[in-house]
Amino acid sequence: MNILSLFVIIPLITMFSLMLTKGFKQARLVAAIGMGIQLIMAVVLVFMYLHERNTGNTQEMVFYDSSMWFPSLNITYTVGVDGIAVAMIMLTAIVVFAGIFASWDVQFLTKEFFISLILLASGVFGFFICLDLFTMFLFYEVAVIPMYLLIGLWGSGPKEYSAMKLTLMLMGGSALLLVGLLGIYFNSNPGGTQLTFNILSISKIVIPMSAQHLFFPLTFVGFGVLGAMFPLHTWSPDGHASAPTAVSMLHAGVLMKLGGYGCFRVAMFLMPQAAHEMGWIFLILTTISVVYGAFGAIAQKDLKYINAYSSVSHCGLVLFALLMMNKTTMDGAIIQMISHGLMTALFFALIGMIYGRTHTRLINEMGGLMKVIPFLAVVYVIAGLASLGLPGLSGFVAEMTIFVGSFQHPDIFHRICTITACASIVITAVYILRVVGILLFGPINNEHHLHLTDAKWYEKTSTVTLVLAIAGIGLAPLWLSNMIGDSLGPIMTQLSNAF
Amino acid sequence: MSNFNYTLFIVLIPLAMFLLLGLQGHKFKKLSGILGTTGLGIAWILSLITAYQYFFVYGNVGGVFKPMLAYNSVWLQMTETLHIDMGILLDPISVMMLVVITTVSFMVHIYSNGYMKDEQGFARFFAFLSLFTFSMLGLVIATNIFQMYIFWELVGVSSYLLIGYYYQKPSAVSASKKAFIVTRFADLGFLIGILLLSFNTKTFDFISLTDIHGPAIACGAGASFLGLSVMTWSLIFVFMGGAGKSAMFPLHIWLPDAMEGPTPVSALIHAATMVVAGVYLVARLFPVYAISAPQGLEVVGYVGCFSSLFAAVIACTQYDIKRVLAYSTMSQIGYMMVGLGVSHYGGEEGLGFMASMFHLFTHAMFKALLFLGAGAIIHAVHTNEMTEMGGLRKYLPITHITFLIACLTIAGIPLLSAFFSKDEILTAAFHNNKLIFFVQLFVAGLTAFYMFRLYFRVFWNKEPHYHHTPHESPLTMTIPLMFLAVCSIFAGYIPFSQFVTSDSKPFESVMEMGIAIPSVVVGLFGILIAFVMYKKETTLPDRISTGFSFFYKWAFHKFYFDELYLFVTKKIIFRFISRPVAWFDRHIVDGTMNGISAVTNYVSFQIRGFQSGQLQQYAYVFVSGLVGLALVILYAFVK
Repeated sequence: MNILSLFVIIPLITMFSLMLTKGFKQARLVAAIGMGIQLIMAVVLVFMYLHERNTGNTQEMVFYDSSMWFPSLNITYTVGVDGIAVAMIMLTAIVVFAGIFASWDVQFLTKEFFISLILLASGVFGFFICLDLFTMFLFYEVAVIPMYLLIGLWGSGPKEYSAMKLTLMLMGGSALLLVGLLGIYFNSNPGGTQLTFNILSISKIVIPMSAQHLFFPLTFVGFGVLGAMFPLHTWSPDGHASAPTAVSMLHAGVLMKLGGYGCFRVAMFLMPQAAHEMGWIFLILTTISVVYGAFGAIAQKDLKYINAYSSVSHCGLVLFALLMMNKTTMDGAIIQMISHGLMTALFFALIGMIYGRTHTRLINEMGGLMKVIPFLAVVYVIAGLASLGLPGLSGFVAEMTIFVGSFQHPDIFHRICTITACASIVITAVYILRVVGILLFGPINNEHHLHLTDAKWYEKTSTVTLVLAIAGIGLAPLWLSNMIGDSLGPIMTQLSNAF
Repeated sequence: MSNFNYTLFIVLIPLAMFLLLGLQGHKFKKLSGILGTTGLGIAWILSLITAYQYFFVYGNVGGVFKPMLAYNSVWLQMTETLHIDMGILLDPISVMMLVVITTVSFMVHIYSNGYMKDEQGFARFFAFLSLFTFSMLGLVIATNIFQMYIFWELVGVSSYLLIGYYYQKPSAVSASKKAFIVTRFADLGFLIGILLLSFNTKTFDFISLTDIHGPAIACGAGASFLGLSVMTWSLIFVFMGGAGKSAMFPLHIWLPDAMEGPTPVSALIHAATMVVAGVYLVARLFPVYAISAPQGLEVVGYVGCFSSLFAAVIACTQYDIKRVLAYSTMSQIGYMMVGLGVSHYGGEEGLGFMASMFHLFTHAMFKALLFLGAGAIIHAVHTNEMTEMGGLRKYLPITHITFLIACLTIAGIPLLSAFFSKDEILTAAFHNNKLIFFVQLFVAGLTAFYMFRLYFRVFWNKEPHYHHTPHESPLTMTIPLMFLAVCSIFAGYIPFSQFVTSDSKPFESVMEMGIAIPSVVVGLFGILIAFVMYKKETTLPDRISTGFSFFYKWAFHKFYFDELYLFVTKKIIFRFISRPVAWFDRHIVDGTMNGISAVTNYVSFQIRGFQSGQLQQYAYVFVSGLVGLALVILYAFVK
């Protein structure tokens, strides 16, 4: 069996085992073991992938495997990964693992909670390994739909409203996406041969321009909704605010990355000509996202809202970098996805842990937490510093790669966009330090907070895993950057042929 | 060539100390101070060895100090040509900085063992000090501009952490935030400068950037924008970063507030090392400035000149001793910037460059001494306000003598170190720009005045009622004072022009009496005025300040710059940008989304009557439809 299929099978096995468990203690243990194995598998996959490349495997996708699933429409189950997919799988595995430990004390319908959570994760893993547009879309939906249940059942605040809003907006995106994907499918046979959903086969042909003009915006916007592109981002603040901790982590950490990854792998890779012609429209929108999200975050009072807007800004940078369309920015975009995934997951984990103690997320109802919960506070500061791009942590590597790359476009339009995006580093510093200053420093202004307990072992496991990953990328980025950069060849060829 | 591999340890030891004390500090308690100090001591000795080996043994090749790469490896590949390296570059200025940083840092470490001993978070303090030292060392040995930027940011964050050391004190928190955000804003300029510079020169590497025959300098005459070449623009942007870190006008506002940090931190970071990073940055890129962007260098000169005047005026009116010293620092850094600004490249024309580096060196010693002295004073009387001090010379003999030495040094009294360095800056200014020269001469007088105002107020004047009798600090604090006092006296005798010059070729510098004498006279005059006004308690200062009340008030309120910044940040950015953006997002963008769903709801609510399940209604619709259709068909086909 192909190693990649394991990434879908292990979550499935875990889910079935979960059904057999009794009580929340067993459930969480099973979930942790399953996702622990998944994390180990992801690490193994990275090494196997690097080994393949080092031994001279120059295929576009390694561990390629394909089997027919629905012959009359030529839908296949096709898997294969390149460096980018491997990196995304690694990210997902880390975030899911940390997410399980962050929801260690969920005691309401624990079994069902973990089943939904792992179902969601399996959708994400499936999405990243698939090379067939139809199965990819299938996994995409598998990842989005459990979200409704997770927020609606285990959420807080106006959870029904938020769950409905999030699901409907993402479904709206999926609708556009489905049309886009079908459009690609029906234009995949210029020679009159069998129609195909296979990404690699489609990339070998040129889709007619009239079709590209129609379907590029559809796919890009469809994925863009999930990537929180302005002005279709508003599901994100409400959704995150109501979601339980692990769901916020997974959602902002990996699900939003499906958007960026899809834009990259489907919209731009298959329709490079349209990307060249129409990219500027989206470039403007994403530049707005970057600055707008950051300014939006300054004025918020709820920790989750702050982080949701910050995600709009950071994910905007992902799409921004993709649309700059050169090798450096693409590399930066993927690193930014990983970096943002890790640090936003860390943020949401911490917010959940702080909320679990103080029962409020409003920053002005808290203060001086550094004194009472030093561990969580220090980790919060680290997450904040990563978010504002401190060297030595992952955010810096991603941002600088993006900025250096986008500066290679000497025309005025790209320059203005680049410099505007650069300005976000200052605005980010403002909102991060504002929160840190109010929340963690200063005197304790609420006497109920005087006797909070610091992180438990499982909370430490969750946060330390993420911190290590963030620092690892930040300190030694070269291997990751190279692994991603080496896999950018095909799309760069596509884009340069499109001129 | 020699093997300079061991220089790696100068950087790695502080890093190791940071990790050790940061992660496990709570286990060491008081031992953490000793550990941190020992680590730094080793780094200090290694730096001295490096300096000896570089300047006297291996560095000088055929009359020129060659830059040497002690270590280099690619950290991140950006584009085909652009890559960020991590490495160690040894050349005269970086080796000099190694010595300055490790010396001051070592002294501050020793001093902190005494000064901070009763503080909570003792280990945290030493961890952050080590982090700072590591970052600062990484900054000066950077082989490329991006490495410098990386450590530049790290230095910024260590400064943030140390200013906010007393994190339960709101003023410290807001000061640290202010320092970080203001310098971040400046760093945005630095980043854009780097991007622009590297885009045009295709390299981050300092050696190829500053190679005067290399391609980087040659491309200076490229396209122009608003009358200045692209190269000039990029260097002006780079200087913006330097101005932010070095607290040059108008990005200086964070420095006085940064005094909220513990005093040893002020001595190390906000006086001797980090704040001169801007000067070092310009010096590092000096050949590029001097040859392809002379207008950029003029900007440096004028900004430095104005800042030094501006700060000196404010310093005369402040009462918080640390703030006086902070403005004094800003003023002295202005001197260094002036030195660079009035310099040219090569040989004796490069006198300003040499003088600037010289002043950086001497300033680090005497300013660290002043701050540590101020720390000893604060330690003894538990206040920063000089109005609550007086007559301390009896109680703090060692602090008094060392502080006096430092004051005499900064006032430019002959034979002390700053006399030589300041005199050379003035000489260079005199030969290049008379306006700047006269301003700097005036500032020299002001400097002597405000320093001796401080000195007389604190050590002489009327003795207030002290709650506890002030007593001299322990040896851990006085030994660094004495060591730095010795440095302040003798550092001026180092023949800097033999070692650190703009083109790395030694030259002979001579003292010009025509400039030295007026500057000494001005300095003595300043001291004299301070003596008359503050030696004994008189009403003279009050009468003078009421006489010039308008101007005095402006200077006392630091020319209202804080208020201006507060207005821009609080009012404009927060109230007129962020709030509206947040409102727009909630009510317009999200409102549209909710509106769509509301419309959908409404429409479905309205049309649900069509499926009522009532047979009569269906029949009614069916029949009316049939009739209608029949009429249409009749009308269309039966004419």
